[in-house]
Amino acid sequence: MLDQADEVWITGVGLVSSLGDGSEAHTDILTGRRDGMPAVDETTFAPYPVHRLVPLDLSKQIPKNSDQRQMEGWQKLGVYAAGLALDDAGIKGKADLLDRTDLAVAAGSGERDTAVDCKVLETASAGGDTPLRANEILPSALRPTLFLAQLSNLLAGNISIVHHVTGGSRTFMGEETAGLAAIESAFRRVAAGQCEICLVGGALNAERADLLLGYELGHNLWHHPFQHIEERTHRGGGFVPGSVGAFLVLEQRGHAQGRAARPYARLTAVESDRGRREPNPSANPLAQVFARVGSPTGQEATSVFSGASGVAPATAGELSFLQGLTRSGGINCAWTYGDLIGHSVEAHFPAGIALAALALRGEGLSAALAGKKCNADDVAPIDRIIVTTVGHYRGEGLAVLERIS
Amino acid sequence: MGTDIRDAKGRPRVAITGCGVVTSLGRGKADNWAAITAGRSGIRHISRFPTDGLRTTIAGTVDFLNVNPYSAPALTIAMATAAAEEALAEAGLARAQTFPGPLYLATPPAELEWPQRKQLWDEMSASDLQGYRRLLAAAREHAHADMASLFQFGSVADHLADKFATRGLPVSVSTACASGATAIQLGVEAIRRGQTQAALCIGADSSVQIEALIRFILLSALSTRNEPPEKASRPFSKDRDGFVMAEGAGALVLEEYASAKARGAEILGFVRGCGEKADDYHRTRSKPDGTAIIGAIRNALADAVIEPGEIDYVNAHGTSTPENDKMEYQSLRAVLGVHLSDTPVSSNKSMIGHTLSAAGAIEAVFSLLAIRTGTLPPTINFDVPDPEIPLDVVPNKARQAAVATVLSNSFGFGGQNVTLALGAP
Repeated sequence: MLDQADEVWITGVGLVSSLGDGSEAHTDILTGRRDGMPAVDETTFAPYPVHRLVPLDLSKQIPKNSDQRQMEGWQKLGVYAAGLALDDAGIKGKADLLDRTDLAVAAGSGERDTAVDCKVLETASAGGDTPLRANEILPSALRPTLFLAQLSNLLAGNISIVHHVTGGSRTFMGEETAGLAAIESAFRRVAAGQCEICLVGGALNAERADLLLGYELGHNLWHHPFQHIEERTHRGGGFVPGSVGAFLVLEQRGHAQGRAARPYARLTAVESDRGRREPNPSANPLAQVFARVGSPTGQEATSVFSGASGVAPATAGELSFLQGLTRSGGINCAWTYGDLIGHSVEAHFPAGIALAALALRGEGLSAALAGKKCNADDVAPIDRIIVTTVGHYRGEGLAVLERIS
Repeated sequence: MGTDIRDAKGRPRVAITGCGVVTSLGRGKADNWAAITAGRSGIRHISRFPTDGLRTTIAGTVDFLNVNPYSAPALTIAMATAAAEEALAEAGLARAQTFPGPLYLATPPAELEWPQRKQLWDEMSASDLQGYRRLLAAAREHAHADMASLFQFGSVADHLADKFATRGLPVSVSTACASGATAIQLGVEAIRRGQTQAALCIGADSSVQIEALIRFILLSALSTRNEPPEKASRPFSKDRDGFVMAEGAGALVLEEYASAKARGAEILGFVRGCGEKADDYHRTRSKPDGTAIIGAIRNALADAVIEPGEIDYVNAHGTSTPENDKMEYQSLRAVLGVHLSDTPVSSNKSMIGHTLSAAGAIEAVFSLLAIRTGTLPPTINFDVPDPEIPLDVVPNKARQAAVATVLSNSFGFGGQNVTLALGAP
């Protein structure tokens, strides 16, 4: 166990998704004050449904138009959510503090100009060599913001520029495992005293044909009318991408108390692994990481916020395990949060932790969301939430959050 | 105070027990170091794709690994594998069934390339679908397992983690041109906090692709001095005009010193400290007062608990762009002060070009070789000194020198600045 001063607290949450803009909007849905219906666009990228981001007033977090012009959608979304988290933690604009705040970002990369891509391909089809056509077309067609958006670390770079977070800065890649690595690295550094305060998170702009193409090469996307995650696993599986920006401020307890910050929850463990799936694809992919933190026994009111993607058979293996834990009374409830916000890949693990933090500081999770798979009477209050994320093709991990009473 | 197994801050000391390298100069430390210390350049005309009409037509490509079928991630994997095999052999871990720690990999962001897009487009030639709908239909209706296994952001790490049976989740990191140094920093931190006794840290990059080349041309970042190619990269010279893109990989086995010693491993050197500092000035340029670069260098010295006067050699970032080399000089001057006048500072990018995500790892290997061989690699093509950069750049010819402590700088777009401090055993 960590001794108290070394505890890792979550002191800021910045979350935007298809459900809403900011903590209040998401808390209202978690508690049932607002109906939590998925906001899915089934037409723009048909046959692929996507969870479409709510409109944002970007100028609230990215005041300079010149900065907005230098970013693509993925970056704006992330910089916006990062700003929310800094505001929430009470450190926005505090130059001395931001100068020693570290940054850990989970990122893929940004938007391509799909019209330019197609122009090259059409021209090459009409005759000639693709490289030569690319040489002719790209130098005049590529916009600087687009090629800077191809660098994964330029979300972090823009956060530094816009919000002046200028301690260390690391960007982690690798689909869902990017989120696991970013959170785990930040958690372990804070817990070990290698860092006092860290802004960590990620962003996914799901409304991009070029992004969908990358995932569909491995046949990972759900390409039918929207269905919930568990239902999808019975029909071949697939994920429905969701636009999400999710950032957290992780802070050493002593540091947080020193500046009278109000915590959401304490983060007591983050574990990750990359188990082999081939021998038994429908096995529980979380067996190893759960074993490390100890399977919940029901002594504390524990819920699981599952980041299951819907890609079969890994999701079926995870859900079957979680249903077993629910039946045995080890946990009160397993809620697949991707049903509401979509699967946000790099941002998915941070987003699940953000939702769990909101639930732990608020009134828990409504029985309506927890649904029939839960021991509904026990849903509130929640004392402990385990957030899981299983990569759509590899990698898995979890975080344990506890209520600070 | 430090002890034999702990540093001055009481943390476990981090030893280097193996390293390996691949660049345009060849495979392995022996070939590379022979070429580097002879002042030979690996920069050549690009033969991988046509460069007709492009302002820059040269690069430090790695063309000798026979990657088939060729793709950028396949080449990254091949180079990283070659470098890691060399590092593991040197560490005496080549025969182990598993590597006793995690993988930290610096690698470029994944992206489909034109041959793959063209293939997908052509697969649907019987269809009247246009645009990305056509590409998506090709992806949906056909099997592309190989493409899927290479073009995810975690693909390269995934292949390497399988190959070397590293522990846990492989970590892919990008801090642009500082990535290789960040991968080493992640390994150092994990060992210091007792999370692991060993880490395999690799930087690898195979970015010499049409679109990446065009992007850097559009940023006016590249040298256009195409003839002769080997004279293009001239860090710290007054007539420098940009960097030369290049490929390669560097790998280091880091170990907790106490456990490395206990298993009888040869200690090649130590990573004494790491410093980083993000810049908030501009997406591609450093703050004019150099505070972020200065911060990274100072943080490395503070982390390592060493004084400027202890630095025997600086392996510079030294890209050969007008901006970088000037900023790097001014920042070194600010931190090292008068001592800089007595400190050799050279850039191996004059010979191997800028290996981007791999640079920090490759240059850590060369820094270690400088310590181990007592030879400073030169900065070649140094014919026209820049009066604004009065540095001892080890001009044109390697030099013998006793080297115990080296700083290695890596700076990247997006305001990334990382400095490593390496020390002799």
